[in-house]
Amino acid sequence: MGAHHHGPAKGLSRWLFATNHKDIGTMYLWFSFSMFILGGSFAMVIRAELFQPGMQLVDPLFFNQMTTLHGLIMVFGAIMPSFVGLANWMIPMMIGAPDMALPRMNNWSFWILPPTFLLLASTLFMEGGGPAFGWTFYAPLSTTYAAPSVTFFIFGIHMAGLSSIMGSINIIATVMNMRAPGMTYMKMPMFVWTWLITAFLLVAVMPVLAGAVTMMLMDIHFGTSFFSAAGGGDPVLFQHIFWFFGHPEVYIIILPAFGVVSQIIPAFSRKPLFGYDSMVYATASIALLSFLVWAHHMYTVGMPVAGELFFMYATMLIAVPTGVKVFNWVTTMWRGSMTFETPMLFAIGFLILFTIGGFTGLMLSIAPADFQYHDSYFVVAHFHYVMVAGALFSMTAAVYYWLPKWCGRMYNETMGKTHFWISFISFNVAFFPQHFVGLAGMPRRIPDYALQFADFNMMSSIGAFVYGLSQLLWGYNVISTIVAGKPISDEKVWEGAEGLEWTVATPAPFHTFETPPQVK
Amino acid sequence: MTPQTSTEFEKYYVPEKSRLALCAATGLFLSLFGAANVMNDMTYGDPSVETNSWTIFLCGLFFFLATLFGWFRTTIKENRAGLSSAQMKKSYALGMFWFIFSEVMFFFVFFSALFYVRNLVGPWLSGEGDGGRMNGLLWPGFEYTWPMAITPQEAMGGAASQPIANNGDFVSFEKSMAISEASAWWKWLPLWNTIILVSSSVTVHIAHSGLLADNKRKFNLWLGISVLLGMIFVALQALEYYEAYAHYGLTLNSGIYGSTFFMLTGFHGFHVIIGMTMLLVQWLRSVRAGHFSAEDHFGFEASSWYWHFVDVVWVLLFLFVYVL
Repeated sequence: MGAHHHGPAKGLSRWLFATNHKDIGTMYLWFSFSMFILGGSFAMVIRAELFQPGMQLVDPLFFNQMTTLHGLIMVFGAIMPSFVGLANWMIPMMIGAPDMALPRMNNWSFWILPPTFLLLASTLFMEGGGPAFGWTFYAPLSTTYAAPSVTFFIFGIHMAGLSSIMGSINIIATVMNMRAPGMTYMKMPMFVWTWLITAFLLVAVMPVLAGAVTMMLMDIHFGTSFFSAAGGGDPVLFQHIFWFFGHPEVYIIILPAFGVVSQIIPAFSRKPLFGYDSMVYATASIALLSFLVWAHHMYTVGMPVAGELFFMYATMLIAVPTGVKVFNWVTTMWRGSMTFETPMLFAIGFLILFTIGGFTGLMLSIAPADFQYHDSYFVVAHFHYVMVAGALFSMTAAVYYWLPKWCGRMYNETMGKTHFWISFISFNVAFFPQHFVGLAGMPRRIPDYALQFADFNMMSSIGAFVYGLSQLLWGYNVISTIVAGKPISDEKVWEGAEGLEWTVATPAPFHTFETPPQVK
Repeated sequence: MTPQTSTEFEKYYVPEKSRLALCAATGLFLSLFGAANVMNDMTYGDPSVETNSWTIFLCGLFFFLATLFGWFRTTIKENRAGLSSAQMKKSYALGMFWFIFSEVMFFFVFFSALFYVRNLVGPWLSGEGDGGRMNGLLWPGFEYTWPMAITPQEAMGGAASQPIANNGDFVSFEKSMAISEASAWWKWLPLWNTIILVSSSVTVHIAHSGLLADNKRKFNLWLGISVLLGMIFVALQALEYYEAYAHYGLTLNSGIYGSTFFMLTGFHGFHVIIGMTMLLVQWLRSVRAGHFSAEDHFGFEASSWYWHFVDVVWVLLFLFVYVL
């Protein structure tokens, strides 16, 4: 490429004043990793308390703060920003664009996050403690009965939402406007497609969350009665609004993960993705349906039966496009010339465990059965199968897959595979027993439990500790790769990988595609 | 990789590095952190203790607004220096469009809350459907009307007489915003506000057509009129709020009618002020600095989209908050 390239700025200003999509992507990824460690350490406190029945280590209020902040930090601080970081790094390189469409706003979206999460974590040290009402912050727990720190939580959600909206607008503008000549919509890599659809979801539902927390703020400080029946409002209104955001939110988390897996499975099967078109349509259908199913999180609040039935059938319908995707991944591997490097292992791990999580979701969608499962450890097991083994496994796969391209060095394959096997086994040890204790009636968000759940909980805690520790191995592998990994220079790091990102030099230069490539 | 011929491809401008984003993030954080402290002082604080919450809030807000001013200034300068390619302008247009869409979704929540309360919660609280027991046990005597003239709490004899489910004093209004007598329609403020705001949308459109015909005089005149109409609207809204608080007994505490009324009209009014400021800036740019031509006027166009959006929200508000 031309000689007029500018390298990165020197020193701290490279990061503070960044406009380069790769630098901003890197910051997003490191930020989300640090949040992953923080949120993970909260999970360790939870599991340590639950290691045995009885009150062991922390008082119940602190336990509630741990469950709340674990959820909030993992969802808004770890998983979402990690995929935004990946989008920043990969989308311009995948569609042949010189950068994101709005580079300065891109940096703004990032720099909103660190102070926001610092504030959120600091609520733990405030009078009355941090948020202790669960990550779903149902009113009136989060309004009438909340500690004063809830105000900081509300503004924290506002800022995180603003960051997400601006990030998504940037992604939409990039994908719609910056594709290289010849890169038609139906030639875009699946990761770009899933992110485009995710960005639409984000722009549509983050303002809904902003509305929900604004009503909370008004109820707490200005005497309105949105969530108070005494004034003619309704606490259940909060749940409707929250889940109208919350259900698309879970697809916001999982769709980019689908995209990653749709890149990796073909690469290591050495076959093109099976049913590309149907993958696109399935993703879009999932996104559309996600707006019609929110109340399946609220079967037990006393909705009219017609509502329960509608939301039950609409929810079951989502199994169809999701099934299309799962079968397409399996069919991609069918008779492929497969190898099992670390990214592929994590992708297959994703496929198996996400499918289990999907099936438990189908069980939960059955309204009469949900009356038993509701708010039990079965739900906890279900969403950790889709959040951890779904979103996080796919994120891990993505890091192993693209890290050599990013830094021009190869990670340690043995260590990567070890990381996978420890993660895969310990994840199942941690979360599979939770299905059983949940079905037997153990409620979620409690620091103590009945004696008959003791064995499974101990097993679960051991699994969680091993899983948590094994992620440090991942961090170590990534850092040692960046610092001292074996240098590589092949443009195409993986033999079977396809796409524009594999046509640029390794490591990827600071600026790529300043002149757009021609896509045939 | 085959580079395109230079006639097809304009280089996309990627700024080298910029302080704007970090300053904006800092300003935003400080202002919201300050605002949270102000509210907590108000609700939980000891009035005799001096805090610096307002100082943090105002400094943060000033810093934030100054940064935004500088940011737009930089972007305008870059555009006038010819750095914005046609492709980049499309990025801006997409950005504005999807930003307005996110605003639509924000109003959607408050409208949804209104519909949910009016069609489901109200009837349920008064004993319809599955809510029969709730009415009998919790709110005996509550009857649902809209506008909700008596809150469930009042039906029970006020906050003091009701031991459960109280988290405030919800005393309903004496007079709602609905039209009192149809024959005196010309004395009804919301109707005039509707006429004013809809006209301002038309005048913005006239200004746009003037600009497209390269008639800057027409543009300046009609854009100026639009800004004036916007100001009149805001003034009348302020008058309406004053009336509500001073004479109607209608406040944020007036149960769900007051809550939905003030939140919907309040957020709308706030957006009118933003939109009006945007139009005013475009007017100043045109009158004082001679910006904009028939081909290059995205700043104005984006502001006018925003203005039309604010107008549409008002029409819905008029229909669902005032008329029906």
